[in-house]
Amino acid sequence: MEFRIVGENVPRKDAVAKVTGKARYTRDMGMPNMLYGKVLRSSITHGRIKSMDIHKAESLKGVVKVLTPFNTKCHNFPTAGHPYNLDPNHQDIADRNVLTDWVRFYGDEIAAVIAEDEFSAKKALKMIDVVYEELPFYLDPEEALKEGATEIHEGSKNVVGHNRFTLGDIDIEEAFDQADFVYEEVLEVKPVQHCQMENQVAYAYVEGNGRLVVVTSTQIPHIVRRILSSALNMPVGNIRVIKPIIGGGFGNKQDLVLEPLVAMMTLAVNGRPVLLDMEREECITSTRTRHGARFYMKTGLRKDGRIIAKQLKVYGNGGAYAAHGHAVIGKMGGDFYRLYPAEKAVEYESYTAYTNCSVAGAMRAYGTPQITFAFEAHMDNIALEMDIDPLVLREKNMVQKGFVDQLTGVPILTCGLPEIISKGKEYIDWDKKRKQYSAQTGDKRRGVGFALFGYRTSTYPVCLEIGGARIVMNQDGSVQLQMGATEIGQGAATVFSQMAAETIGIPYEMVHFEEFTDTDVVPFDPGAYASRQCYVSGKAVRKAATEVREKILKRASGMLKIQQFALDVQDGNIIRADNGEVLCHVGKIALDAFYNRTDADTITADVTEVSDTNCIAFGGCVAEVEVDIPTGRVEIMKVLNIHDSGKIINPVLAEGQVHGGMSMGLGYALSEVMLYNEKTGAPRNNNLLDYKLPTLMDTPRLDVLFVGENDPTAPYGNKALGEPPAVPSAPAIRNAILHATGVKVNKLPMNPQTLFEYFCAAGLI
Amino acid sequence: MLRKITMTINGEKRTLEVDDRESLLEVLRERFSLFSVKQGCSVGECGACAVLIDGLSINSCIYLAVWADGREIRTVEGFEQDGKLSVMQQAFVDEGAVQCGFCIPGFLISATELMEKKRSFSREEVRRALSGHLCRCTGYQKIVEATEKGLK
Repeated sequence: MEFRIVGENVPRKDAVAKVTGKARYTRDMGMPNMLYGKVLRSSITHGRIKSMDIHKAESLKGVVKVLTPFNTKCHNFPTAGHPYNLDPNHQDIADRNVLTDWVRFYGDEIAAVIAEDEFSAKKALKMIDVVYEELPFYLDPEEALKEGATEIHEGSKNVVGHNRFTLGDIDIEEAFDQADFVYEEVLEVKPVQHCQMENQVAYAYVEGNGRLVVVTSTQIPHIVRRILSSALNMPVGNIRVIKPIIGGGFGNKQDLVLEPLVAMMTLAVNGRPVLLDMEREECITSTRTRHGARFYMKTGLRKDGRIIAKQLKVYGNGGAYAAHGHAVIGKMGGDFYRLYPAEKAVEYESYTAYTNCSVAGAMRAYGTPQITFAFEAHMDNIALEMDIDPLVLREKNMVQKGFVDQLTGVPILTCGLPEIISKGKEYIDWDKKRKQYSAQTGDKRRGVGFALFGYRTSTYPVCLEIGGARIVMNQDGSVQLQMGATEIGQGAATVFSQMAAETIGIPYEMVHFEEFTDTDVVPFDPGAYASRQCYVSGKAVRKAATEVREKILKRASGMLKIQQFALDVQDGNIIRADNGEVLCHVGKIALDAFYNRTDADTITADVTEVSDTNCIAFGGCVAEVEVDIPTGRVEIMKVLNIHDSGKIINPVLAEGQVHGGMSMGLGYALSEVMLYNEKTGAPRNNNLLDYKLPTLMDTPRLDVLFVGENDPTAPYGNKALGEPPAVPSAPAIRNAILHATGVKVNKLPMNPQTLFEYFCAAGLI
Repeated sequence: MLRKITMTINGEKRTLEVDDRESLLEVLRERFSLFSVKQGCSVGECGACAVLIDGLSINSCIYLAVWADGREIRTVEGFEQDGKLSVMQQAFVDEGAVQCGFCIPGFLISATELMEKKRSFSREEVRRALSGHLCRCTGYQKIVEATEKGLK
């Protein structure tokens, strides 16, 4: 495939608006006469509300209404940004209502105030008296799952979901019996938070025609609309959801957080506009987190390093409500099995538990960062025990082109893993440094580490994958590209415009993309998640653009009296296909389509494309670190992410995605963790000072390399890139620490506290 | 209590009454629709609300509006001249420093503060000067590169 615009560093569509302050985010808009909403959050971790006195709050000047679980209810709803499933057995768990009298985590939503101004709303919250009856709480999934534990949701036994699969010709125990070497261990990761710069914010009102409008900072406008419809028992067509420019999501906005409540608020005040926004402390505690998990991992190998049996049991910390249910932890099974397929047998079992932690959901790479940390750490531990180079162990076992996934039936047609390893080794001078750093003494020690991953592009075949695109040509030959797929800061507007320009044959500047996603305007598409949009929605763009191109050529053929096959559209001109002679500008064809008295028919395409293929993006990270043993501090000397994401649509934007993912991965590795008070269950670091996301001073130079070939199943050769960069840094750094110190750190984050404890236990301190 | 203050905002002299509890952030956003001034944390941790006050980059969420009396306030809305982006704004666009963009006005404020000092800065100095701003999209790399380009 040869491309002209796909693969070029065209300027971002929204960059100028964002550097001049003209970009409109949700909080920058609003309505005249808008009221202000605020939520009262629980100050206990688990329990029932015995009584709630709203009298004083209601009588405060400026307060319009006080909502409680006793006067405000809709249908229970699920919150996950998943496509709807027609099979009732596969629908998301509807365990949430707008306000609750059963508190399930510290910061749960128990009442809300609607006031004329923010000040009165906040003041009124303090005037609501609540009497609780407290229940035991659980911060650890295995504690919550113990026989006799108090249920967090009635009848659930605290199980959100469970799954298990086995693969292979023989029983797992028999396979372990045949192994020359069996290694077994426990690994653990803790919950972390997205910390996108824009907190959740939404406002809602009822239009004169009775339709509900919700303007919200979301990744999934069409899903928000569908879930609101069932929660409010309102026809989908009566609801309009608008997504303005949004200040980051990373999965935190692939969930309904504010929308049902803000809708209930406006309905409670006769449709008057109500704004509901979150403070940072609320956003960290009461939106979503990345699941913590504990991994019980066992692997059997032959003497030569071939894996013959793999077993894994995972306990995931789902937090207080189901949200994405068991999907995140369940997905780990595929990642676990696929990257290093075992010769004889695989057994996977996982539980997601309700706990009284903040609600876990989707966060950049949906379970893959957690499981990749666990099995990439496990691989290096095995390599150490068997005295094999960790990359040799990987090369002996890693998946290859031509492999067919037994769980999904998806074949791997492109695989950049060999190149990822060779380029990474070269970058870090692997062979030399593995030897050089093998026998160090002293306080400061260096090491190099590597980690690989595979990442499924889109959710097929687990979920339906469908994308929509509409292209409308203007009188000047430029086009409007309208999509339900959402720009959330990742650059979707730019790359979709590149795709449309490429396929139609017009310059990039002639494609106009409206970044406000309005469900009244754009075709259906579930939205931004699963690194799916360039692949799935990209197929819809290609289909719509092909149709537009055909219509242009057909009309040009009639106008120019030249057969259609002899014409082409290139760079905005109709040309002769054989010699490139420019015949006319597309604007001339468009104008004829609008105004020809006998044959007017504007050039448009409105398509839906169901994606029934998938492909695996691969990648790796290689890092060199210096560990200061007495203080437990780690300095990153060099770090490189290498990605096989197929065709890179826009290299500058893609590099930016990788930098951001690496930074998130470094935070996951070294500093980030949600801390809870063990005695009360209250969050201890729900602010940006105590929650340690990397600052500029913590961030080393981030190197990026793209390898691989175009994937034949993709619309433009492209594979997943949005989420994958966040996956491999943590295990690569962990393996470098192992190389430097010989200490197997099986836990994240590897902050000074954790490392100090490990080094003490290992006798280094 | 209401107090009358006068400040220059993006070159124009403005006199208004403000509540002495109001932050400069609230006044700039709500009275003057200067929406580049972003609220990310409200307690001076993230830097998204930074504005230039007499040439210094300051978090406007923890700066009371009454303190701005007699001072010169600038936001990125005032950076364009004759319809052209400032050198620093253009560098941010050209280097791909912008993703979700929520933190970008704040970074531009601190980068512009450096630019107006009209001297050269080492990479370490640039990094330190920008380190009061948090970003979750970019890993800071292209922001630092853009700032260095703008400073040249």
